[in-house]
Amino acid sequence: MGTTDTRLDLLRGSLPTRNHNARTVAALAANPGCARRGVMDAAGIDKTVLAARLGQATAYGQSPFAIVRGHAFEALVKADGGAGLRELLHDVLGVPPEAVADGEYAELGGELPEDAEQDKKRPGREERVARTRSALRRALEDARPGLCAILDHPLLPLDVSGTRAYLEPDAMACLIAGRLHVVEIKSFSVIDGGADPAKLASAARQAAVYVLALQQTMAELGHPPDVVSTDVVLVCPKDFSNQPTAALLDIRKELAVTRRRLARLARVDDLLAPLPAGLSFDLGEEAAPQAVADAVAAVPAAYIPGCLSTCELAYFCRAEARACQSGHGPGGLAGTLGTAIRGELGGIDDIGRALDLADGKCAPERGEEEIARVLRRAEALRREVLDDVAARRSAGLAGAVAAS
Amino acid sequence: MSAVTALGRLRAAATGYAQPAATVRHRHLSDRPLVFVPYAMAGEAFAPLAALIGDDPDAPHLFVVPQPRDRQRRFAHVAELARILVPYLTEHLSSTETVERRNDEAYERALDAPQVIVPSRGGIEYLHLLGRSTRFRRTEGEYAVHPDVPLMGRWCTYLADRARMPGSSVLLALTDLLTQTWSTGQSDLENGELAALMGWVDPERGRTGAETARDAEGAPPAGPATAPEFDEKLAPLIAAYDTAERAENSRAAARAEERIRDLLGVELMPTWHRVWRGLELMRELPPGASVAGRWETDRMSYSLFAADLDSPDSRPQPRIPGAVAAAQQLSRREQAQSRLDTEQLRDDPLLMAEARLSGQAFRGRVAAVEADRMVTEPGKKQARPRPLLVVRTTDEPLLLRETELECVERPKARAKLIAVADGPDGTREVRIELTGGMGRGKTPEEGSIPEEGELLCWTVAASGFRGGPKWPSPEETPWTHGGPPEPRKELQEGEVRQPDEEELAAAEEPWV
Ligand code: SF4
Repeated sequence: MGTTDTRLDLLRGSLPTRNHNARTVAALAANPGCARRGVMDAAGIDKTVLAARLGQATAYGQSPFAIVRGHAFEALVKADGGAGLRELLHDVLGVPPEAVADGEYAELGGELPEDAEQDKKRPGREERVARTRSALRRALEDARPGLCAILDHPLLPLDVSGTRAYLEPDAMACLIAGRLHVVEIKSFSVIDGGADPAKLASAARQAAVYVLALQQTMAELGHPPDVVSTDVVLVCPKDFSNQPTAALLDIRKELAVTRRRLARLARVDDLLAPLPAGLSFDLGEEAAPQAVADAVAAVPAAYIPGCLSTCELAYFCRAEARACQSGHGPGGLAGTLGTAIRGELGGIDDIGRALDLADGKCAPERGEEEIARVLRRAEALRREVLDDVAARRSAGLAGAVAAS
Repeated sequence: MSAVTALGRLRAAATGYAQPAATVRHRHLSDRPLVFVPYAMAGEAFAPLAALIGDDPDAPHLFVVPQPRDRQRRFAHVAELARILVPYLTEHLSSTETVERRNDEAYERALDAPQVIVPSRGGIEYLHLLGRSTRFRRTEGEYAVHPDVPLMGRWCTYLADRARMPGSSVLLALTDLLTQTWSTGQSDLENGELAALMGWVDPERGRTGAETARDAEGAPPAGPATAPEFDEKLAPLIAAYDTAERAENSRAAARAEERIRDLLGVELMPTWHRVWRGLELMRELPPGASVAGRWETDRMSYSLFAADLDSPDSRPQPRIPGAVAAAQQLSRREQAQSRLDTEQLRDDPLLMAEARLSGQAFRGRVAAVEADRMVTEPGKKQARPRPLLVVRTTDEPLLLRETELECVERPKARAKLIAVADGPDGTREVRIELTGGMGRGKTPEEGSIPEEGELLCWTVAASGFRGGPKWPSPEETPWTHGGPPEPRKELQEGEVRQPDEEELAAAEEPWV
């Protein structure tokens, strides 16, 4: 069977790789039941390429305008050795300006922006982790009033289902009394004190991943987890301007959810165990999509509509879930329609079967009697109403024709 | 979601065709709506990029900003939009009717009101931001803008605010109209994108709705967010425009602008057509009985807003409403929501089916009538007519004794539930006592009592639309809620109101 690493290598073959970032860890945690994503992320497979080979490419990616503006804004916030950032920290954390005016500004990243393809021109990841750790150690040991170290693009390791992921927060600030704050710089605007709730929620989920990783690192350095503040400093443009404004984002809830879900992620070994020996997703660039699909289908998925915004394989998994049949009619898995509907079906996953129960074409299993009864009544009511309306409409039409 | 709705979605998924979710149209549709399809530039707080706008499906106006980061071009764009929007929004103000009010002066209500249709919810947010970024602008001084700009800003703010009032129809997102009317075999998330939703509702010839929707997923988005791949194509054109502008080569700039315009026009047009097609489909449904009543409320709100705009003391809507105003607004929205829920239920037997399934309503034939029953209620001297009805139904009402009931088919009738018993063939017999809707006389009015054999649907009576709680006036805002606002200065005859500090700050805020 081979070791975990050799099996993951085999699965990946020569497919291009992609490292975890806070967004992908948050996405993985959003659907912890999905073995398919678990395995692919552990193998570091770039799912965009795989989706294309499956003939089900999703239009992912960021607008060039958004990327340019994002970088420009981040540069603006960090300009002059973080002078502007210090000002914002003083504002948002309610500490006197002297408390944040001074301190090391540690530039820990490479020249490349976060979403550059590969870490080629940068120092190696483990080297950056080591630098981050020593910068943290320095900052905490030196911590005395009036000093605030800023760590620019630190790199933090995080254990995700038994493999090591590397995360890169925009910045971290180390304040008086050794409290660490994660700083997230986002280019969406805060208008009249409010921001797009979806963007805010996703920023909070990502920040939670950073905080979790930082807590782990701090534990390794012998510090209690609460040196890491769960109030994240969110920096955004204010109103319709470029001027940065900062706000504290309480991410305790997101942190608890992320921690719980990451713990729930099965270990990669357990995900790999039931897979056929010799399984590989890399069947070459010319491989027939069906052959790739068969290989991917060997790993069970758990498609939910949320996948559409978080996973590159969404179109493939959706098509698979829609085509899934269990000896009843077509329709696929009820989960494709969202979670609310699953609640309505009391645990019946297959749409064809739910409809057969509603139509009285199959008998409920034990424990399903009540939901079957509700479905039959609901169907009878639908029929009654729709037939009635159709009859009245055609009577109305006939009347109109007769009158003319 | 109820099992009745859930079944529609399951059936859609299984057949590949959308299923009815409503049997009537629950919103007003204007004979001549204005369709607005805006695009904004990605990554910016709010930078208009292009828009299709107009009330004629065959003749949209296309307005494009070749460099959305250019402040001058931005305001020019807003002024262009205003030339279409403002006349459309104000033209109904000339024909009005006088309406008397109980506790207030009579007012002039427009006989019709404007209606703006955007493709999806993002369009409503777009109008909100458009309003926010323009309504405080000054028409004189250093950064003077065209007088239409702040005026349109206030109108856009009005529309976006009004759209949050449940049941209103002056600004509607087509995706909301369609999903209220049809169930598709895809999730709510996917229904939020107009192209896929229209695929389900209006399949191509020879293809299922599911297939048409899948094909449409590569279509240009309905906006205001653009597709990242589209931006890849747009970026070099904008760069070319910038270069030409910098070189002061006006011919090259005009050429570059033309190409940007063409690209955006091609990207926006499919959505324009889809919106009009969607409206056509919506028009095929008869309106619900209460739709006209809710539109009347829209006409009132529209007329009052326009009257306020006209008054010399008028001021732009504040950036953040005061505590009292916010609480009032919330309470008005809650009232509108409960009114809407009740009315839609009455208007639509498919929605009523959900209430019947959950035991909150029942429908059946009148099996027996005791028409001349008289009862002297405790504390009353005179006996009143209290006819008894037995309604036989296959529904399973879960209602307590004494529950007050209303009837869909006989809106005036009121009744009280007496008892539910098993009837023949697995039916249930509901005994109810008529308590109202029979006139004021000692004997019931002619025809006011249902007859044997009538098919009636009874539902729990709405609690009635009482006026909301009493709110303090803004001057009495408690200190816990920010205290009273600065008192307004009394205006002398002919004096023009000067903007306050808030407004001045907003007027001068950069828009980059
Ligand atoms: S799209 Fe597929 S692989 Fe990705 S998380 Fe969803 S189910 Fe798993």
